[in-house]
Amino acid sequence: MSAISDPPRGSFSPAMLINDTRYRSYTFQALAAIVLALCLGFFYLNVSTNLAAAGLNISYDFLGSPAGYDINQRLIEYDSQSTNARAAIVGILNTLLVAFLACVTATVFGVLAGVLRLSNNWLVSKLMAFYVEIFRNIPVLIWILIIFTIMIAVLPGPRAFRGDEPEARMFLDLVAFTNRGVYTPGPYFTRGLGAEGNGAINWLIVIGVLVASFFATRMVTSRANATQEATGIRPNTLWTNLAIWFLPVIVLLFVLGLKWDIPELKGFNFAGGIKVGGPLIALWFALSIYTGAFIAENVRAGIQAVSKGQTEAAGALGLRPGRIMSLVVLPQALRVIIPPLISQYLNITKNSSLAIAVGYADITATLGGITLNQTGRAIECVLLLMLFYLTISLLISTFMNIYNNAVKLKER
Amino acid sequence: MKKTVLFGALAVAGLSAAAASAGTLDDVKARGTLNCGVTTGLVGFAAPDANGVWEGFDVGVCRAVAAAVLGDETAVEFIPTTGKTRFTALASGEIDMLARNTTWTFSRDVDLKFEFVGINYYDGQGFLAPKALGVTSAKDLDGATVCVQTGTTTELNLADFFRSNNISYEPVPIETNAEGQQQYLAGACDTYTTDASGLAATRATFENPGDHVLLPEIISKEPLGPLVRHGDNDWADVVRWTLNALITAEELGVTSANIEELAAAPTNNPEINRLLGTAGELGGMLGLEPNWAMMAIKAGGNYGELFEKNIGENTPIGLARGLNAMWTEGGLIYSPPFR
Amino acid sequence: MSDTQAHMAAFVRTETLPQLAPPATERGIVKWMRENLFSTIPNAILTLVSFVIIYLVLSKTLPWIMNGVWTTSSLSECREVLEGATGACFSVLTERWNQLMFGFVYPADQYWRPTLAFVLLFVAAAPVMFFDLPRKLLIFTALFPFIAYYLIWGGTIFVPILALVGVIGGVLVYRKLVTGSFAMGFFGGLIAALVIWTVGGMLIPEGANDTAALQAVPSRDLGGFMLNMMLGVVCVSLSIPLGIALALGRQSSMPLIKWICVIFIEFIRGVPLITLLFVASVMLAYLFPPGTTTDLFLRVVIMITMFSSAYIAEVIRGGLAALPKGQYEAGDSLGLDYAQAMRLIILPQALKISIPGIVNIAVGLFKDTTLVSVISMFDVVGMIRGPLSAATEWNGIYWELYGFAALLFFVVCYGISQYSQWLERRLATDHR
Repeated sequence: MSAISDPPRGSFSPAMLINDTRYRSYTFQALAAIVLALCLGFFYLNVSTNLAAAGLNISYDFLGSPAGYDINQRLIEYDSQSTNARAAIVGILNTLLVAFLACVTATVFGVLAGVLRLSNNWLVSKLMAFYVEIFRNIPVLIWILIIFTIMIAVLPGPRAFRGDEPEARMFLDLVAFTNRGVYTPGPYFTRGLGAEGNGAINWLIVIGVLVASFFATRMVTSRANATQEATGIRPNTLWTNLAIWFLPVIVLLFVLGLKWDIPELKGFNFAGGIKVGGPLIALWFALSIYTGAFIAENVRAGIQAVSKGQTEAAGALGLRPGRIMSLVVLPQALRVIIPPLISQYLNITKNSSLAIAVGYADITATLGGITLNQTGRAIECVLLLMLFYLTISLLISTFMNIYNNAVKLKER
Repeated sequence: MKKTVLFGALAVAGLSAAAASAGTLDDVKARGTLNCGVTTGLVGFAAPDANGVWEGFDVGVCRAVAAAVLGDETAVEFIPTTGKTRFTALASGEIDMLARNTTWTFSRDVDLKFEFVGINYYDGQGFLAPKALGVTSAKDLDGATVCVQTGTTTELNLADFFRSNNISYEPVPIETNAEGQQQYLAGACDTYTTDASGLAATRATFENPGDHVLLPEIISKEPLGPLVRHGDNDWADVVRWTLNALITAEELGVTSANIEELAAAPTNNPEINRLLGTAGELGGMLGLEPNWAMMAIKAGGNYGELFEKNIGENTPIGLARGLNAMWTEGGLIYSPPFR
Repeated sequence: MSDTQAHMAAFVRTETLPQLAPPATERGIVKWMRENLFSTIPNAILTLVSFVIIYLVLSKTLPWIMNGVWTTSSLSECREVLEGATGACFSVLTERWNQLMFGFVYPADQYWRPTLAFVLLFVAAAPVMFFDLPRKLLIFTALFPFIAYYLIWGGTIFVPILALVGVIGGVLVYRKLVTGSFAMGFFGGLIAALVIWTVGGMLIPEGANDTAALQAVPSRDLGGFMLNMMLGVVCVSLSIPLGIALALGRQSSMPLIKWICVIFIEFIRGVPLITLLFVASVMLAYLFPPGTTTDLFLRVVIMITMFSSAYIAEVIRGGLAALPKGQYEAGDSLGLDYAQAMRLIILPQALKISIPGIVNIAVGLFKDTTLVSVISMFDVVGMIRGPLSAATEWNGIYWELYGFAALLFFVVCYGISQYSQWLERRLATDHR
């Protein structure tokens, strides 16, 4: 903006540092650098004096010492003698778990609500508008607390399942909904590899086979495309693809000896199967339904952003409504929808730190909560916590930039 | 620093004027109020009543210190702290002392650099369970779901107890006592564990306290006491000897009822005279008024009176003196002599 | 020709037919329902599902609300009154209204002060929000921060007056120097204000607070919904100028300034607000000079302001980027310097584009003020989670309280977003 043509170079005088646009920016930057350095020095001095006065120091040794507390929700091996670092990793995995689950369901809620809000059914569109406004305008913390309270107060405790005439029954005798969480049947292998035939390696093999199936179906589809290009006739690939998807996995699961472990009331709690903890459900559901309202607005805006002429032009070319949606409207709408969608995913990840309100053991609750309290290493823990979230955010926004560049309208 | 200045540059101007003074005692005197850290709410120990006035056993200690230093038991700012914020609040100088059922442990004393000035309640960790559960011992709790406050020693004791007894459990971490109560009553956890005194206090607020039992096991030692920052010995002495004055007063039979009379003129008991400032220079040595201990005792009564009024057997909380009886009556409460 | 006409005439109706009523399916409510509710089979199914959902929700909540008890003094009394019937116990709201609104330590006889400040807030905000009002009202808006400070915190009146004098002095110096250059004016004004504050701060007598007309209230005694409102209003108003500065800095051609702003913005946007609040509650105390203490309210205001200013900066950057390049070039070609071009040409347009975005951020920020309950401040959520659920007489009451908090936030946030939509239509000066 200040790129004005250079005046003739003459002798340099100090006044030019302020009055000459060529040098003024250097003056300002030098000033800024000095102020910045002074501020940082001031803070550094304060921190070091304060810490010295309190007899404390900055040290990360506590990460290696035993944590001493237990965590009820863990994806990896962990007990009270594990280190604080491991407790932090348990927390990181829990954060990623709830963030991932909430991203998926929030997208489903959001897309449904966004599309239904544009429906020509008056009642449905009003209902969806109501949903969006209610959830967008009330803080997510209140939603998390309300949903958690609903879970605790409305669902029965495991005690209610006991006795000959229990107050509560398991759903289909398979799934138990309690106020401590939902217990569902869990798969296990009788002839698998690894420890007790049930190691994680079995699941890796299953995933490997699924990935292979995915590539195989891709190949089948591209061959079908080639045939269509060449002959004009598209071979039916549906049954082949279904077979490639399901047959190998079913055979593999049979070979490994898949069985389902049905939860059963033993002692104080249900045992067996998979437990999805109450705090996880509350947090997951609250984040999904809250963020879903925002995504619904993004989806609506995206669809409305595609001009009506596009639909009409596609119709004029003789495309059927389904194809109009998939070939013309959606690709253009997605360009508008995806960037805000990804920042909503980022928001979910950040909002998952509210887990602390319901006792879900995410990174804020383990590293920033219990470890911080037990070791008293406040500065170190908060710094590590911020570093983690910063890394995740930067990763997601890098991904977003790559995507934005990929779908940018190429203007020639 | 008297002027609390708030906004933007005003704060900068204010900060630059807030010169650091020699010690906490001078700060408190200059400020005219004592900043005392307490829990966010545990009936009997520290909780605001319906009018927002703080009451309780720990609150009594704060008031006694304020009375000793400033001669005014109401000159206390109660600052509610959670398990997370309490140590930072003390270390950063936001509060002058912490009277908040905090357990005296090695690492808090040595590593976190705090000074525990004494013990005002000998506690231990217990378990609260519904009678309907049919549990008679904590060792029957294999596989149980346990509500536990995070950021406390109870969390660590719990892990150790179950580990050493080789039984399993599922912890439900909770932030405040109120949340623990909510989850426990809804059956989201089978048992609730914290200091036995806290359990009794919590049970007292239930609709049907009789439906719940305290299990017999006490799984830890929890000596609770007020603490101050490390390195400010003058201030630590003030808080330590205020607490000791309350204890000695009970031992010597000095109560809030007869204290005026005893302090009016020297009595036959020289220790009472030294304590109440009618003889000797004890107050001056601490940098306080001669009648400092009298003010402290008058604020809420001696140790025994504070106990009976807030958590004793005639209150809903109904704690027996037990370990917290005077040493002369078989308890552990003991004060060094005032001499 | 006439022959034909005569011949045809026999078949031509000479009068118009009376209008028939449209078929029953094509009129009134039936038509509307056919078109809007049952146009296709899937639509009909959706409609029925919606009716079922509405029925389920209303059948649970309506009796609960209608049967509500408003006048008892504890939950057990509520239960006695209800005698087992479904019904809400709204008496907790009436009995603890003051605590929910003002926290539990704000002096009870002083409740009129924050209430008055709240009412004046609308007077002060009106000229900013509605442009048709006389511009002179803006004077009151400028005075409002000082009045509100005095009303809420009380204490000696010298502090707000001194603050005001400092600001006026700063503005006067700025006016005088700005003819030279904007930077001179800005820094000159800042220094003048600082000098007045520092000198004046020494003049305020010790103990002035004790004799003040309005009892001084320390900021840790603030609580309830008042705390949410205060945090929201204070932080949004502070973060807008900061956000503008950051956005301009990020666009700056000076690499050092640009990078400072980029790092600041990306750092703040990358971490959750709750970690910043942890910084406020456990870390910030170490950053201040030894021996000084700043109260938690101020520390939280600093962190939340930083948080929202980073987001507002991004919104304004969007506004700046949306301006055609010709606007910048036009500014340059008129010979305006950077400050003038920004002030007179770029910012007025960019801010206008950014207003809806800024309002969105403000609503989000206001909702986020509930997070302070996590660091043991007693805002409305903190009151519900702490003192109210710990109180013996209200043990076990949740729905009424959370419902009430939700309603409070909904009313405020929905109101603001409706205003924002109105404003957007109002500001749309391009003719479509």
